[in-house]
Amino acid sequence: MTANGWEPVIGLEIHVQLKTRTKMFCRCANVWGEPENTLTCPVCLAHPGTLPVPNKRAIEWTVKLGVALGCEIASRALFHRKNYFYPDLPKGYQISQYDIPLCAGGKFVLPGPDGDREIGIVRAHLEEDAAKTIHVGGTGGRIAGAEYSLVDFNRGGTPLVEIVSEPDIRSAEEARRFLQLLRRTVVELGISDAEMEKGSLRCDANVSVRRTGETGYRTKTELKNMNSFKFVADGIEAELRRQVETYEAGGEIEQETLHFDPASGSIAPLRSKEEAHDYRYFPEPDLLPVEPPVEMIASAIDEIGELPAARIRRLEAEVGFDLAEGLVASARDGLFERVPGDRRAVANVLMNQLAAAGVDPDAVGGAELGKLVAERDRIPRAAFVEALARSADPGFSADDYLGETAISDASELDPVIDSVLAENAAQVETFRSGKEGVLGYLVGQVMKATGGKADPRVVNERLRDRLRA
Amino acid sequence: MAITREDVLHVARLARVEIPEGEVEHVRAELGAILEAVGKVAELDLSDVEPTSHPLAVTNVWAEDEPRPSLPVEDALANAPDPVEGAFRVPAVGS
Amino acid sequence: MAPGSGALIDTLRLTAEEAAGLLERGEISGEELAGAYVEAIGDRDPELHAYLHVVGEAGEGIPVALKDNITTRGVPTTAGSRILEGYVPVFDSTVASRVKEAGLPLLGKTNLDEFAMGSSTENSAYGPSRNPWDPERVPGGSSGGTAAAVAGGLAPWGLGSDTGGSIKQPASLCGLVGLRPTYGTVSRYGIVAFASSLDQVGPIAKTVRDCARLYATIAGRDPCDSTTVDLPQPAEIPDADDLKGLRIGIPRELNEAEGIEPGVTEAVSKAILLAEELGAEVGEARLPRSVDFGLACYYLVAPAEASSNLARYDGVRYGLRAAGDGDLTALYARTRWEGFGPEPRRRILIGTYALSAGYYEAFYGQAQKVRTVIAQEHAAAFEDFDLLLSPTSPTVAFAIGERAENPLAMYLSDLLTIPANMAGLPGLSIPCGLSEGLPVGLQILGPQFSENLMFRAAQALERALAFDYVPGRLR
Ligand SMILES: [Mg+2]
Ligand SMILES: [Zn+2]
Repeated sequence: MTANGWEPVIGLEIHVQLKTRTKMFCRCANVWGEPENTLTCPVCLAHPGTLPVPNKRAIEWTVKLGVALGCEIASRALFHRKNYFYPDLPKGYQISQYDIPLCAGGKFVLPGPDGDREIGIVRAHLEEDAAKTIHVGGTGGRIAGAEYSLVDFNRGGTPLVEIVSEPDIRSAEEARRFLQLLRRTVVELGISDAEMEKGSLRCDANVSVRRTGETGYRTKTELKNMNSFKFVADGIEAELRRQVETYEAGGEIEQETLHFDPASGSIAPLRSKEEAHDYRYFPEPDLLPVEPPVEMIASAIDEIGELPAARIRRLEAEVGFDLAEGLVASARDGLFERVPGDRRAVANVLMNQLAAAGVDPDAVGGAELGKLVAERDRIPRAAFVEALARSADPGFSADDYLGETAISDASELDPVIDSVLAENAAQVETFRSGKEGVLGYLVGQVMKATGGKADPRVVNERLRDRLRA
Repeated sequence: MAITREDVLHVARLARVEIPEGEVEHVRAELGAILEAVGKVAELDLSDVEPTSHPLAVTNVWAEDEPRPSLPVEDALANAPDPVEGAFRVPAVGS
Repeated sequence: MAPGSGALIDTLRLTAEEAAGLLERGEISGEELAGAYVEAIGDRDPELHAYLHVVGEAGEGIPVALKDNITTRGVPTTAGSRILEGYVPVFDSTVASRVKEAGLPLLGKTNLDEFAMGSSTENSAYGPSRNPWDPERVPGGSSGGTAAAVAGGLAPWGLGSDTGGSIKQPASLCGLVGLRPTYGTVSRYGIVAFASSLDQVGPIAKTVRDCARLYATIAGRDPCDSTTVDLPQPAEIPDADDLKGLRIGIPRELNEAEGIEPGVTEAVSKAILLAEELGAEVGEARLPRSVDFGLACYYLVAPAEASSNLARYDGVRYGLRAAGDGDLTALYARTRWEGFGPEPRRRILIGTYALSAGYYEAFYGQAQKVRTVIAQEHAAAFEDFDLLLSPTSPTVAFAIGERAENPLAMYLSDLLTIPANMAGLPGLSIPCGLSEGLPVGLQILGPQFSENLMFRAAQALERALAFDYVPGRLR
């Protein structure tokens, strides 16, 4: 997108739903998919006189995340009230954090093909989630044209961490990679499932562009509702394009909130919650300040293991960046480290055939898989694929498949080769006329005729000999 | 502290209180008088004073992450003006 | 109820302590006791309108009246507002369950200014309560219903709530003992919120000992209210008859404030002399800016918090929902105009304005700093003195309607109670005499958690003052 002299300037606002057992300010269970309004109490329904009691674990986990993001942990953090009216907000305000969040001023290291990129973290703060509003009538649950709405407070008041990045991201692709690695980090910290499909990971993007070399920022727009990694990339890409086209047509960008429609790939302005955005933040008088104790920060520090970014760098030395990032982002690096053998070969199998086989990497035994990878050229393709598909089964043994060896004996192969050559006279001509590229086709025919059992290297040699003869 | 008619309507909109046209001027006059009285706090120079948002000097009050029973859904909906299929029904959200 | 046993029970005079004695000695049953109050309610409540909802439970203990902003499971709780008409809570406030656990049956829910916003109960959506000493006058407010009930013999004691003076002032106007506890010693869980950083529940009773007894029943840390603490030492029922060794300060600004009636000053001065006779060492104290700026500070902080606390009344989950079509935004705005009375509307608008963009620093931000100053001035005063004395209310009970049309005049009723409240400090009001035949209240202020000391001093004065809490016209 830096093409024709425009530089993207992108910052992400990421909401992560914490998987605590209970909600943020009441002790209703924090679980997904229960019948409507069965996980509510006077507190999360905002009945008169009810009061919030903070969830200690949610605070611990936010501190842990802050440490992992290299943030400064506030010595004294405050909860504030963010006031606005919406049916999914029972109190008429959201308890959130304002000028003194738990975590601020961090840096997220995003390894890239050409070196590390540092994405600044403005803040990570703790707040409560809104309830679910189902819009009935109208089109597809959208607000527009709905006849009425039904409110389900099960999700209302569950803990959310909001992570705000600096506008340090320079392409839609980088945004996707940042979000994916951040997701991995959050999941490995054990504080969230961070599943975009379920909405336990949500991402908004602040997008603007500027002339390369320009130092200031231009007007930004806020992109909402991008509920998959692909949509995040597509949405940002589309918005970047729109902005560049607008500027180049001599137009101006106006600050607004936009809604990305994955189906059409189009972008439309979103109705705002409060026509006049004036949230009247003030310190929540029902809560006292939080002063994270040193022990809390200390235990956060030693609970955090090697972070994904660091692992990518470590594995890069062995298998190169793309495979390293792939392994870590897809959570296959654990298995990778358990499988002996040629590193690149193992990485390739994990990222290609094993991925295609769709088995759970954590259930696969490293030693057995190592044997398969080592022998993969010697045993028939079909057998190899079959073996991978079974590799996660309990009691799986590679030996059951290593027994099968490929046919390399000429006396067995030649009759097959003869009939293939006879059936493909035209290709034989082409080869002899110098276009040797067709050899691959002929090899394929032989493999097919032998049900994948022939040794491809031998088939190659034999074919050449016969064709040259 | 002169508060204008527009101020009144803006604040009323923020607070979701619909002031009937006939009462706006009366409300404006009342608020004006009160704001003038409370505006007195501006007379003090407190640039070096820390704000107090709470009379208690206590911190780190929280609860363990242990679930407690929620309300039966009938109780949750018992006082609802318009309960429908186990949920709270509201008119379509306007602009 | 057994015939004649009413004779044993003069609800106008009987203290909770005496009632407890009668019960313990088996001279009356819990039914008879509750019955006597229900009977008295039948006789006098039509005139006093102290109750919004009579329950008349009978039990083993001494019946109690609860202000109707105290959530009671299964018993309507309106906070004196139309917007909560018909709301029947599905849970108990912590104080309600504590009086229940203590075996105190619920007599009923008492009247109040809507959302506890007022000083006369005239802001109740259900009509004003009347002062048992003179039904043409207000009982004070916002806990006027509880005060009228206790003074009128319709309850042995009761609970109110105090944000700017809503316990101390009605106690003063009805010739009763009222405690506004140290902020954080009584749970606010289930108390319909007005201003979270100021609201406190407290007892209104005929005697200091009754007041202490009821305070002991409700006080203490509540896991459901993050802003509660354990009492440094348990609440004690006082038994004192002198003030020896006590240093008592008389804050000039609280005692010489503009608008204090001569009759009030006279009664309070007599009480101060009495304090000296009882062995206290009395001197002048100063609270220069606390009184001068307290009211303005309060009328920014309280409405700001109220504007947010009252946002939940939107007609979605409970309470009134206005009729008519239109989208949700329109429904909210109609519901909230129809559901709230003039005073809550006023405070919601003021508070929203004080918090809104561009005004926060000048109003709410500045008020929070004034609050710091007020706290510091009180802390300084309590370095020299153990307790401070002043009138509770600048005036005796005023006539119904007298201040109803003028909010600012009404706000002045709390001029003397607000400063200590802003600092989170406890305050006790005890009757100290009459002016124009109406009770005058003496305000006793102490540092945080000094309730026990305040009870002892108050009881020594109470004994010496020998004030008759039965309204003259009802003796
Ligand atoms: Mg947020
Ligand atoms: Zn709940």
